[in-house]
Amino acid sequence: MRTVCIVGVGLSNWGEVWKESFRDLHTSAALKAIESAGVDHLDSLYVGCMSGGLFVGQEHLASLLTDYMGMRGLPATRVESACASGGMAIRSAFIEVASGISDIVMASGVEKMTDVDGDEATYALATAADQEFEVFHGATFPGLYAMMAHAHMAKYGTTRDMLSKVSVKNHNNGSMNPDAQYPFKVSMEQVAKSVMVADPLHILDCSPITDGAAAVIVCSEDVAKSLGKPYVKIIGSGIGTDTIQLAQREDITTIKAATLAANAAFKMSGKTIDDIDFCEVHDCFTIAEIIIAESIGKYAPGAAGPAILNGETTLEGSFPINTSGGLKSKGHPVGATGVAQVIEVYKQLTGQAEGERQLKSSPKIGMTQNMGGSGGSSVVHIMEVA
Amino acid sequence: MTMFSSRNWREYPHRYRREASKFTKSGKTYYPKRLVDPETGDTAQETVVLPDEGKIVTFTVIRIAPKQWGELSPYALAIVELTDGTKVFGQLADCNVDEVKIGMEVRLEFRRVQTESHHGVLSYGHKFVPKWF
Amino acid sequence: MAGIVGYGAHLPRHRIKVEEIAKVWGADAPSYKKGLMLKEKSVPPPDMDTITLSVEAARRALKRAVVVDVADIGAIYIGSESHPYAVKPSGTVVAEAIGATPDIHCADFEFACKAGSEAMYVALSHVKAGEMKYALAIAADTSQGAPSDALEFSAAAGAGAFIMGTENLIAECLFTHSFMTDTPDFWRREHQFYPQHGGRFTGEEAYFAHTKGASNAILKKANMKPSDFKYAIFHQPNGKFPQRVALELGFTQEQIDPGWLAPTLGNTYSGASPIGLTATLDVAKPGDMIFMCSYGSGAGSDAFVWKVTERIDEVRNNAVSTHKLLNENLTYIDYGTYAKYRHKIIKND
Repeated sequence: MRTVCIVGVGLSNWGEVWKESFRDLHTSAALKAIESAGVDHLDSLYVGCMSGGLFVGQEHLASLLTDYMGMRGLPATRVESACASGGMAIRSAFIEVASGISDIVMASGVEKMTDVDGDEATYALATAADQEFEVFHGATFPGLYAMMAHAHMAKYGTTRDMLSKVSVKNHNNGSMNPDAQYPFKVSMEQVAKSVMVADPLHILDCSPITDGAAAVIVCSEDVAKSLGKPYVKIIGSGIGTDTIQLAQREDITTIKAATLAANAAFKMSGKTIDDIDFCEVHDCFTIAEIIIAESIGKYAPGAAGPAILNGETTLEGSFPINTSGGLKSKGHPVGATGVAQVIEVYKQLTGQAEGERQLKSSPKIGMTQNMGGSGGSSVVHIMEVA
Repeated sequence: MTMFSSRNWREYPHRYRREASKFTKSGKTYYPKRLVDPETGDTAQETVVLPDEGKIVTFTVIRIAPKQWGELSPYALAIVELTDGTKVFGQLADCNVDEVKIGMEVRLEFRRVQTESHHGVLSYGHKFVPKWF
Repeated sequence: MAGIVGYGAHLPRHRIKVEEIAKVWGADAPSYKKGLMLKEKSVPPPDMDTITLSVEAARRALKRAVVVDVADIGAIYIGSESHPYAVKPSGTVVAEAIGATPDIHCADFEFACKAGSEAMYVALSHVKAGEMKYALAIAADTSQGAPSDALEFSAAAGAGAFIMGTENLIAECLFTHSFMTDTPDFWRREHQFYPQHGGRFTGEEAYFAHTKGASNAILKKANMKPSDFKYAIFHQPNGKFPQRVALELGFTQEQIDPGWLAPTLGNTYSGASPIGLTATLDVAKPGDMIFMCSYGSGAGSDAFVWKVTERIDEVRNNAVSTHKLLNENLTYIDYGTYAKYRHKIIKND
């Protein structure tokens, strides 16, 4: 297996991008990634997208997006694993380069979520849950995570303050990120007093609806070196799956798919969680960040909430989580999120994170954890400075 | 979202009669029925009918509901562990949503779960109701 | 001998008081309370309809029937004026839910408020003729009165279910009689949401004439008099009509009390006298004679003479009692909630 690197990255405008279409968003991110890497061609493309069909009525995305990038004829594949689609695209590109089939592959992700109304967006997102036995009964995504939150609170004494702190911290980080959709700070009180969406989750516990695309250039180390641009190595990649139906899980206070994905990535990289300097995790809801911090093995079950409350995961803490602002503040265009997480780790490891959010500790190893649905799938990548 | 009537119809054994798969080797019950035991890969099974009572394992109250569910809003959703240990997902009806608690005893009742506009098919299945007798 | 093997009822827990409806329309609540003897009525929430009420009532009837193998149920008849589909049977859903398909005869009955007793009548005839071992008859409604109409104060929801058979009876059916003419006192045309009625014409020439006609005929047929009965149940469009007809026929308040549900339940239409029968069976003793007479606009009445058997004491407590459903665990709603539940608020699709 060859060493695989990431050499260039690009983000489209993020937020409620009324003036740009699905294809515009992707094209802009893709061209930025190509420009930043300085590559003169691609060997193939993997694009992650959760639901082009429901959000913009468009499937058959890979060919369409390749055409609009000015690369008709390029081998291109769309990858889908709900909100983990972007991370899965990275994984696919990683495998293609590691195997020697290709030298330069683009991994991208895109979602245009505001071309439908809130109800339709809720419906589209809910297709990541079990349609016949969860959505049928009126399940929404905040609802499913809220049920995990209640269970976690009952089992471990996780508190409202711990949930709020995730939001406060991520918005603080996001306030330093020029790409963030909601770069404002929030207080513990604001979170706790924001409107209730699904008990116990308030609106400020939830990630937003976002338009956006992200792209990275995944290449062999030979290519990365020849380009003369900052690059990082992907040293571990892992996927985990689980039943997508919450009621069928043994324990809904942990996300087994994330544990499986992290363990697979640790095994490939020869690293352990203790070697990881910082992490971007899938905080689609505040409770998700708490559960994931435990599921990837950083904290014992029930210990992540108190640690987050104590400030261990802030920019200055011993284990910074979501330096980008996370899904909460930076935004969550579902198919693009997994790729954007990798971009944040790339920026931190190459010293390119904007403003005050660049970690002062000169991190060497960073990790991303991207998740589909209520934890039915997860993909983890570990990256190391070159 | 339109649900073609055949899609609803084929789920009747689960939705109308609480039929589940009990796998011979593991002795474990899965709802809805499935062809393969997810843990062992075994296929030998018998059909069992789930009990109609249980306790809430976890819940939420949907306060901002999609339009389709608007007339029921706010409504509670729960995972209930039935008396045989099987866990089932569903809506909680006939309750004060502010009084729902983990551990609350409920019974399964036959309810209309989805109503598709004024002309579509009606979808029936279980809802949980607080056990009061 | 044919009769009832198992019975069950189901009622919504939601109630609205007469005062709450009167307040909205500027109506005189005391006149409804005193004049029609209506205090409150049941309201089905949006996830409850004739089919769901029927399934729950049928499941309770099966619990009381104990020995019935659902495969032996040869027919299912649901009488209702509020079948959820205009075209597509309610009975098929109920049969599927209780596992009684596919070797079963099914029909949805309609005859205003006597559709339920018609279902009972036909089910009894089948088992009496030996056509099948058991037949399931259900009387259920979630009826609507037009906003501000007098019917809005009474139109309620509920279901009663009866498994008819010839063995292991809890009540034998000794006599039946049907009485009918074409009398247009109440109707609903195709595609109309609410029924229309003939105002005071619904009284003497309609309800009272047919209820008395059927009652007198069956008493004559049975060679019995009101005092031979322990209990009596009449169709109850409100609290007053059944009381008046009972007293005029020579029955007493004590005889109608257990099955006289309308004052706090409202008019459950097809369900009215059948649910009254379930409430009466809940308290009846072996050997008690029960008189029952339905009424359906259009118009006609079905009358029954029931004799309770020893078995009632064994099975009665296998399911919740009707009076418990009527009187406990209630939730009172305001008119806004009621209007939302009953789809009286105009929304876009």
